[in-house]
Amino acid sequence: MSVVPLIIKREFVAKVRNKSFIVMTFLSPLLIVGMSFLIAYLANMNKGEVKKVAIHDELGVFKKDFKNNKETAYVDLSAMPFKAAKDTASKNYEGLIYIPKVTNPKDLATKVEYISDDSPSMEFIMEMEDVINHQLTQNNLKELGFDSAKIDSAQVESDVHLAKFSGEDSLKGLNEIKIGIGSAFGYLIMMFIIIYGNFVMRSVIEEKTNRIIEIIISSVKPYQLMMGKIIGNSLAGILQFAIWAILGCALLVGVSSLFGIQAGGAASSVDPAMVDAAKHELGGTIQMYIHEIWNLPIGTLITCFIIYFIGGYFLYSSLYAAIGAAVDSETDSQQFLLPIIMPLMLGVYVGFFTVMDDPHGTVATVFSMIPFTSPIVMLMRIPFGVPWWQLTLSIALLFGTFFGVVWFASKIYRVGILMYGKKPTWKELYKWLKY
Amino acid sequence: MSSILEVKNVVKQYGDYTALNSVSLQVPQGSIYGLLGPNGAGKTSLIRIINQITMPDGGEVYLDGEKLAPHHVQHIGYMPEERGLYKTMKVGEQCLYLAQLKGLPHSEAKKQLKYWFDKFEIGNWWDKKIQELSKGMAQKVQFIVTVLHEPKLLILDEPFSGFDPVNANLIKDEIIELNKKGTSVIFSTHRMESVEEMCDYIALLHKSNKLIEGKLIDVKKSHRTNSFEVGILSDNVERLMYELTQKFKLEQTNFKSLNDEIKLNIKLDRATPNELLNILTQNGQVTHFVEKIPTVNDIFIQTVSQK
Repeated sequence: MSVVPLIIKREFVAKVRNKSFIVMTFLSPLLIVGMSFLIAYLANMNKGEVKKVAIHDELGVFKKDFKNNKETAYVDLSAMPFKAAKDTASKNYEGLIYIPKVTNPKDLATKVEYISDDSPSMEFIMEMEDVINHQLTQNNLKELGFDSAKIDSAQVESDVHLAKFSGEDSLKGLNEIKIGIGSAFGYLIMMFIIIYGNFVMRSVIEEKTNRIIEIIISSVKPYQLMMGKIIGNSLAGILQFAIWAILGCALLVGVSSLFGIQAGGAASSVDPAMVDAAKHELGGTIQMYIHEIWNLPIGTLITCFIIYFIGGYFLYSSLYAAIGAAVDSETDSQQFLLPIIMPLMLGVYVGFFTVMDDPHGTVATVFSMIPFTSPIVMLMRIPFGVPWWQLTLSIALLFGTFFGVVWFASKIYRVGILMYGKKPTWKELYKWLKY
Repeated sequence: MSSILEVKNVVKQYGDYTALNSVSLQVPQGSIYGLLGPNGAGKTSLIRIINQITMPDGGEVYLDGEKLAPHHVQHIGYMPEERGLYKTMKVGEQCLYLAQLKGLPHSEAKKQLKYWFDKFEIGNWWDKKIQELSKGMAQKVQFIVTVLHEPKLLILDEPFSGFDPVNANLIKDEIIELNKKGTSVIFSTHRMESVEEMCDYIALLHKSNKLIEGKLIDVKKSHRTNSFEVGILSDNVERLMYELTQKFKLEQTNFKSLNDEIKLNIKLDRATPNELLNILTQNGQVTHFVEKIPTVNDIFIQTVSQK
């Protein structure tokens, strides 16, 4: 029997039996769900608060236009003198909208002030400006002799209908969905590489500190041990992801059915016909979205996810193994880890910013070719459709580099596992390559 | 006699540093072979090459007449100086795993394990983790792991370091028993008394070179100084000393005895022991007369300091 399966089995069992693995596997989905609920709850709580804003309108033209809404309630302090209004507002209200007395109302475009110690949100500022713009525009139109009511009724709200050359309907926001799906896959790969790369590193360090390493490599080749370790840990990781996926689905189904019942209960008090119509419309849109999602290259996406996952994970975890071999303890590993994490981070950020902007632009294309970033960036691009030659080239580059890096890492690994006591420098690592 | 292990002109370099400078050794079948040398002499480098942990830059190694190949690991049992076990793995599983890595089938490994566990009376440890065992207990497991696959050649690097005297003795007896059954043993240590006691062959490495190799008794013969340790009760000390100094080189020495005799180290050079005895018996009562045989320790220090 070859020794590599034995090593894989041991690594897998050692990892899976570990208490922290079990706790992590079953607790983190709960934590994630709990966290998202907490965030949603906190965000809602924030929204529930109504801000009170005072208005001091010396012209008396605007105060009627500021209408209370969910977030803001307006209080009219125009009756008070400005100074008193300012004092009251600073004590009792979020802020004060000051509309000064001007001879030419057109000057108001630049003269209105908002006085507050807190910086207002962009949303609020835009809301204020909208009110002012609208009012002043109306005034201008009236001055020029237009009937503003007619102009209002002449306003058109357009809605461009998206379709494909094949004749199918297309949906707005599909781009965002594609980005979301691509990013999720890319991000998943990055997380997996970092978490499981660290596991590999820790396992190497453990063998060094236990002093069992020399016994093991008197039976097997260091290369076999390293590969066994990497594969064993990745299997443990895949198991963990599978459990998460199943738990996640179960939780999602559970939670949405819970919410579904509540939504139904609330809706029953409304006119049933309206609910039906809404359901139909909503159902139709959702169906279209689902249809669009199924229309994404899902087969390619999943196949590529697996291919890039294997390539990327092996590429990085062999580096993690080399680092584990080079150092005596995890604390020493930091300086060597930085150059590993950098390209991963770069991949994620380049992915987020350039792919979203232009999935087939030069930057996105180049980064989806570079083996250290391609597992992340290419996965983000795949939902937008990537030419086959690019995919093939990128995968070939990834696996070519992977073999090179494994060779390089196993050289360092081979020497490092037998070195104790001192933290090596970059120069020494380079020397080890030549031993 | 055939050799279980033959090392031919092995060279090992680490960058500019030469760890082994064309070293050749012959370990006879069935011997206990002491590999000696000060720290940094190249012992561990050589042992790692024999275990195929590192590759030599030059030269060849033969195990039982065959050029060293990966499958030979199953014929070698190695206990390195830096040794340990997986702390969180159970004793039984760990032993099985390590035996299987050496190429032993699962069932065979289990059978062997049972034998050793019974022998050391540790059958109830099977499900314990190493971290639950005391250091001495863990060392027993370590030894079992080394010999479980019935190697032809056992390589032990400082085997007694860290063992308490009771366990050290136990292990020593096991090594001797295995040797009697035909296992050849290479023994690297700084503890000269155990070399003296157990080894029948020795080799001395110093600064990457082999300085001495051979049967222990032959090495001792070649380093003998023809000196005798003598104790004598004499009434006429002046005459005794005069006659002795005429013929031999002497010096005062000390050894344990019940009398208040004169204690001397006498170097014979070309004279025979009988000539010395004649002078001694004519001048008093001989209480002690022993040839000073060089100890391994003496040979070691003498050879290393000469270079």
